[in-house]
Amino acid sequence: MDKLRERAAALLADGTVALVIGYEEGTNKPRPLFCHTAEDAGKLIYDSRCINNLAVYLTKKELMGTEKVAITATIPVLRSILQLSVENQLNEEKILVITVTEQGELKEFAGFAEIESYIADFQLKLSGKEQEIIEKLEGMTREERFEFWMKELSHCFKCYACRAACPLCYCTKCIVEENRPQWINPWAAPLANIEWHINRAMHMAGRCIGCGACGDACPLGIPIQLLTRKMMEDLGPEFGFVPGQPSKNGNALSTWKADDKENFIR
Amino acid sequence: MNTTNSEFEPKIVAFVCNWCTYAGADLTGTSRLKYATNVKIVRFPCTGRIDFMLLLRAFAQGADGIIVSGCHPNDCHYTSGNFHARRRWITFRGLLDFMGIDVKRIQYSWVSAAEGAKWADVVNSTVANIRELGPYTEYKKVAEYLDKEDYNG
Ligand code: SF4
Ligand code: SF4
Repeated sequence: MDKLRERAAALLADGTVALVIGYEEGTNKPRPLFCHTAEDAGKLIYDSRCINNLAVYLTKKELMGTEKVAITATIPVLRSILQLSVENQLNEEKILVITVTEQGELKEFAGFAEIESYIADFQLKLSGKEQEIIEKLEGMTREERFEFWMKELSHCFKCYACRAACPLCYCTKCIVEENRPQWINPWAAPLANIEWHINRAMHMAGRCIGCGACGDACPLGIPIQLLTRKMMEDLGPEFGFVPGQPSKNGNALSTWKADDKENFIR
Repeated sequence: MNTTNSEFEPKIVAFVCNWCTYAGADLTGTSRLKYATNVKIVRFPCTGRIDFMLLLRAFAQGADGIIVSGCHPNDCHYTSGNFHARRRWITFRGLLDFMGIDVKRIQYSWVSAAEGAKWADVVNSTVANIRELGPYTEYKKVAEYLDKEDYNG
């Protein structure tokens, strides 16, 4: 931790970067910290409780000016950075990525290519609880699944925290704010909720990197991360994607293969 | 499901592409082939233009079944619109099924401009299938407030 603070302070002091995005101690759990001065860097922490996906800030115009920005990245953040880079949302020159290895060593990446080989060793795994829900759902009849999701989604009050927390939800105008035509009604009601979640999932198809930030952000604990997660597991083999490994060949829905397999079109 | 299946007339919306299936359906008519009248056809420039939201909206507005149809692979007027559409359908279908939405109520097909008889067959078999499944009450229940509120989306 000291090494991270020292390094961040040095980067800020000598002007290599104008901002270091990291974590600090919060009320109940760590929260994002934005260090503009070497002094701020003294508050930096990095441990397993740091779960916010900081990559979400890398597409924010108000933070990403002309100066270089450093970010302390966990594995999900590294994955997000790669996916954002594949989608041409990041300027590699302007971002300095730092992580702390499992051995507690500070590691600075020379470029995104290095991140790619680094995360290749880290498999994306579902948590026990997520696995449990997915298995439960798979064992249900279709009607029961519908009931399960309707019950879960009926709690959703459209705060859009799930969207705000997702590093890959970066459109400046979201379909839910589109009102000509208004595809998704803004109020929280069964149909409007189900349409919102189907849209969110469809827009994440083949892009979601499985960080779980959306589900963690939901104040009502709706396991919405499973919608995109399940798609990732199913579509991965189908379209040649490896869950958690961003693909350079475009996202699942912007590309196609002449021999894409299906068995339901007649 | 109070309506017995023989009394129930399924409402079906067909989203079809202009170049193949629409022309195919036209041929069904000009060939004077009789087929079920339960289908309302909506014509699109390409299957690639058929947004998944349109399908959801059809269900929300009371459709019991949906047909989505366009040019066979490699026959797209725009070269790859139907390949893109197929990807989207594969993805969408998996998601709907995971969420418990009845994917059996959506019939996807390729019908070319020369396949008038196939169109009649796709429609007839879809109608028979939906008649068997009965009215799509679950989704209608979810969409109920649309009737109650002053809604004109
Ligand atoms: S898990 Fe959720 S927050 Fe993370 S990339 Fe996927 S949709 Fe976005
Ligand atoms: S964070 Fe939860 S309550 Fe808020 S919009 Fe997303 S699912 Fe709904």
